[in-house]
Amino acid sequence: MSAHPLRPDLQAIADLIPAEAGVLDLGCGEGDLLAYLVHRKHVRGRGIELAEANVLACVRRGLTVRQGRLEEGLADYPDGRFDYVVLSQTLPFLNDPAYILNEMLRVGRRAIVSFPNWGYWRCRLHLLITGRMPQAPDLPQSWWQAPRWQAFTITDFARFTREQGIRITRQIYFAHDRQVSIRKFKNLLATTAIFQLERD
Amino acid sequence: MRPNDHPTTVGLVQTRYFTFAEDEPFRLESGASLSPVTLAYETYGTLNRDRSNAILILHALSGSAHAAGRHHPDDPKPGWWDDCIGPGKAFDTERFFVISSNVIGSCYGSTGPASIDPTTGKPYGLRFPVVTIGDMVNAQVRLLDHLGIDTLLCAAGGSMGGMQVLEWAAHHSHRLRAAIPIATTAHHSPMLIAFSEVGRQAIYADPNWNRGDYYDRAVKPDAGLAVARMVGHITYLSERSMQQKFGRRLQGRERYGYEFQTEFEVESYLKYNGSKFTRRFDANSYLYITKAMDYFDLAARHGTLAAAFEQAQHIKFLVISFTSDWLYPSYHSKELVAALTAAGCDVTYLDIESSWGHDAFLLEVDTMTRLLSSFLDRLADETH
Repeated sequence: MSAHPLRPDLQAIADLIPAEAGVLDLGCGEGDLLAYLVHRKHVRGRGIELAEANVLACVRRGLTVRQGRLEEGLADYPDGRFDYVVLSQTLPFLNDPAYILNEMLRVGRRAIVSFPNWGYWRCRLHLLITGRMPQAPDLPQSWWQAPRWQAFTITDFARFTREQGIRITRQIYFAHDRQVSIRKFKNLLATTAIFQLERD
Repeated sequence: MRPNDHPTTVGLVQTRYFTFAEDEPFRLESGASLSPVTLAYETYGTLNRDRSNAILILHALSGSAHAAGRHHPDDPKPGWWDDCIGPGKAFDTERFFVISSNVIGSCYGSTGPASIDPTTGKPYGLRFPVVTIGDMVNAQVRLLDHLGIDTLLCAAGGSMGGMQVLEWAAHHSHRLRAAIPIATTAHHSPMLIAFSEVGRQAIYADPNWNRGDYYDRAVKPDAGLAVARMVGHITYLSERSMQQKFGRRLQGRERYGYEFQTEFEVESYLKYNGSKFTRRFDANSYLYITKAMDYFDLAARHGTLAAAFEQAQHIKFLVISFTSDWLYPSYHSKELVAALTAAGCDVTYLDIESSWGHDAFLLEVDTMTRLLSSFLDRLADETH
């Protein structure tokens, strides 16, 4: 029951989830979001996490976490087991994002994803002026460091969801650590997007 | 940290014995029955007022009820899981009432092939009925009744102890709030049966075994039992841990002798452990207990493994495996996790990074302690 405030983007995700919902957090790390949801909003929370140290931290916080890769962890769940499946700041690192997103909407009624936006104007300018691939806003590592990332933009993601028959039912945008309400030019102005997704 | 003068051991303990089925025979899964039945057990810590802090510890193939503390002040070694049971340890005896139960078929005080058959007045030998993991657990259920414990806070054990935990969860789920199966499986694989059978064949091949009838003889089937133990010992290690422990080093010599003597350290180690085992274990018990493990297959009785846990949805599971365990490989635990998850149970799973092989469940004390105490803290919190 940490007294630390949640990171703003995690708080925005937490605010989308109603009390006592069933939530699966993919790549839950040390369990910041899950601990908040379980202890404050009394959700039925489950996590999947690869790193042993993180799993130990989660169990210390009284959370239920299955160690393993997302693919194998998701495969264990029957259809529709959760109200929400969360994938926070992990999408650019996945080997098979389409598979994971479809699995999320198989085991959950809704999916919530957040990801950094390489369409942000500074990223574009960086590539244009320096000729070097920009790091995503707020991403610490370079392209050649692990875990490897795949750059994409909000527009890329929106097009992808349409092709997959997935609807974006809620959208939240961040410019650095602040939530912003943007009506136009989201792909230019947002550094991070949070989408709630549902199957058509 | 705890002050230095604080005890970290349960101290001196003694094994107790509970005898039942004196009038009404104890029915076994095979259809045979046993009367009377004695179960050896030890307890550590204190049962609380509402009897809600009991933890049942279950041992592996060659284990006994003596899991923690010492029987005599000069015992060279404490009980087999003393690293994890005691004041301030993972199974904290200042908070929990820990019961460690032996299994039927054992040679450590419970009814087994070396016990006296009341119909003949002589040791059972092979006349002892074949028992199963289910029978072992059914006997423990009687022990809990005797101790007046309705619901266990949790049952925990590694290897064959883990099988008993799963049997408890599948068939006595209403008496369990949590289950910790460690380095185990829900069904003995053909490879495991094969290793069991090599051990049994070694015993059968020993002329001193005499079809199990050797209790009144001066010479016991020690050679066969020692080979069985050596095979077992290999399966408890990993290639890497053997490399680290022995390498290709020679024992007490500089170069090869080109003769059939014990030359490599690993040979000497196996021989020593094989022979040491014969001084503490009974060959017939080895046959019966390995057989019980070979019969273990939770899915078979229920169609699917998930169906075996349909009544266990209220149980919180902590499943633990070890990356270098090739006897009960991680994928056995993952299969179990998948079934438990499908059944709707609350499952926490960790595949602990370790190079110790199957033995890791007794050796990875630090990680285990962190994991177990966190999990038990949560259980204790939810009880109050």
